[in-house]
Amino acid sequence: MRGSLRLPGAGFPIVVKWLKTEPLAGSELVMDKPSPFFSNLKCRECGQLYPKQAIHVCDFDFGPLEADYDYAAIKSVLTRELIESRPKSMWRYRELLPIDGEPSVGMQVGFTPLVKADRLAKALGIRELYIKNDTVNYPTLSFKDRVVSVALSRACELGFKVVACASTGNLANSVAANAASAGLKSYVLIPADLEQGKVLGSLVYGTNVISIHGAYDQVNRLCSEIAGKYGWGFVNVNLRPYYAEGSKTMGFEIAEQLGWQLPQHTVVPMASGSLLTKIHKSYKEFLELGLVEHSPFKIYGAQATGCAPISHAMKRGTDIVKPVPKPDTIAKSLAIGTPADGYYAIHSMKQTGGCAEDCTDEEIVEGIRLLAEYAGIFAETAGGVTVACAKKLIASGQIPAGDSAVLCITGHGLKTQEAINGKCGVPRTINPSLREFEEQVYNPDNASAAAQ
Amino acid sequence: MPSVLIPTPLRKLTNELDTVQAAGANISELLENLDKAFPGLKNRVCDENGTVRRFVNVYVNGEDIRFLKENATEIKENDEISIVPAIAGG
Ligand SMILES: Cc1ncc(COP(=O)(O)O)c(C=O)c1O
Ligand SMILES: [Zn+2]
Repeated sequence: MRGSLRLPGAGFPIVVKWLKTEPLAGSELVMDKPSPFFSNLKCRECGQLYPKQAIHVCDFDFGPLEADYDYAAIKSVLTRELIESRPKSMWRYRELLPIDGEPSVGMQVGFTPLVKADRLAKALGIRELYIKNDTVNYPTLSFKDRVVSVALSRACELGFKVVACASTGNLANSVAANAASAGLKSYVLIPADLEQGKVLGSLVYGTNVISIHGAYDQVNRLCSEIAGKYGWGFVNVNLRPYYAEGSKTMGFEIAEQLGWQLPQHTVVPMASGSLLTKIHKSYKEFLELGLVEHSPFKIYGAQATGCAPISHAMKRGTDIVKPVPKPDTIAKSLAIGTPADGYYAIHSMKQTGGCAEDCTDEEIVEGIRLLAEYAGIFAETAGGVTVACAKKLIASGQIPAGDSAVLCITGHGLKTQEAINGKCGVPRTINPSLREFEEQVYNPDNASAAAQ
Repeated sequence: MPSVLIPTPLRKLTNELDTVQAAGANISELLENLDKAFPGLKNRVCDENGTVRRFVNVYVNGEDIRFLKENATEIKENDEISIVPAIAGG
């Protein structure tokens, strides 16, 4: 299909054939005009350069490939004013995203609210608190629409007709929805024990949902094997370099919405650790481009204790991440026992002076309720993890009470109802009678007793 | 003989074969034998100390060897060994 030639001694592969197939219907911009900003893929371990194709690991050391940009070229065009003049979506930062032409999938994704949460700040004991609210991301109510928008836009440029993913739920929802709107065929592979909302939230789009007996890491392994065999675009396997960059937009938006400033403290939920490392990258890129001033910032990772390989390694003071064989937590979206970016996530936390925390299932439920009752935001279990861990970090003084923090809340609560079912009380049922209402619910003469 | 699933990045070394047969009583031996048949393969999978690289997972019948006996994990006649690059989140 496409080839690259490695000359002995040459620094990087020479592209001999640049995807020269028939023009693809609906994507005329296929590769005929490469982006002037997005130059290569580059191995994070050894720096080897690769062409911008559907490849994800280095031939020499299996290091992950990452998008590499010409920052000088970007700096010469990208200004705060230019960004502000564009539509309110994640694509306002398009020079910093790894596609060649115009985005074709997910034009409306992103630019979710950054909510100043004063009551929650008080409840958690910190001076200032913001919620980056990706529970209302378009179209599938999680931050995964960001990564999928980039991965599928790139998949179209590369000529894929079938896209797929391994998922703990949210990614599956997003691939299914965005593939449906783009007219791509899709397969989503998930562990068999996911919440009903996550399963239905994929099925409804007419995708092929394949539910696998086993934990996410088994699903991953199978996907790797399928991706190696069939020419499908797996968003988190062979399209991973494109996928992963989409997460940067959450960080870009936070900085812009704070008035072109980096937050002092950012708390990020971790599964594979990709989102955290990309938020770090986004802050570094804005600094490099002069879009924000230098100011100290720290990044913290949050996991569920029942699957906390990254947090536990960080607490042990090592960057050797010991996989968790059998994740056991209600935060199923974060239940990745073998986190591919754990090593880099640890280095991001270390470099910025942040740290990791983890929390029990009870604390997750409490986190969900705190966020709902004090900020009016209904998050899924990953959001509960983030709030619960932030609470512990503030209580222990690791995030100083006098500072300002941003919590990345990454998915909507209606998708994980099982986690809190029966834990937020039940409706009081009465007959349609004013007397019953006054007897059982609200009595103005005895308001303090009846009303809660 | 046990069969070994070869990931895409290594297939340039295996003449594009996605599955190969290799003998060996344990993972170390198997990797040595694979390297004889496909020179250079072991260096891709393992670092200088012979341990499996950070971004590679090796499975015996679907079980990560880090949960078994790492390189000393025994292999039986009909086992299926997979070499899989790490995968981003989901
Ligand atoms: C809601 C939610 N938050 C956070 C994450 C963590 O993502 P990452 O794998 O990039 O660490 C996930 C991953 O599936 C998720 O579904
Ligand atoms: Zn490399």
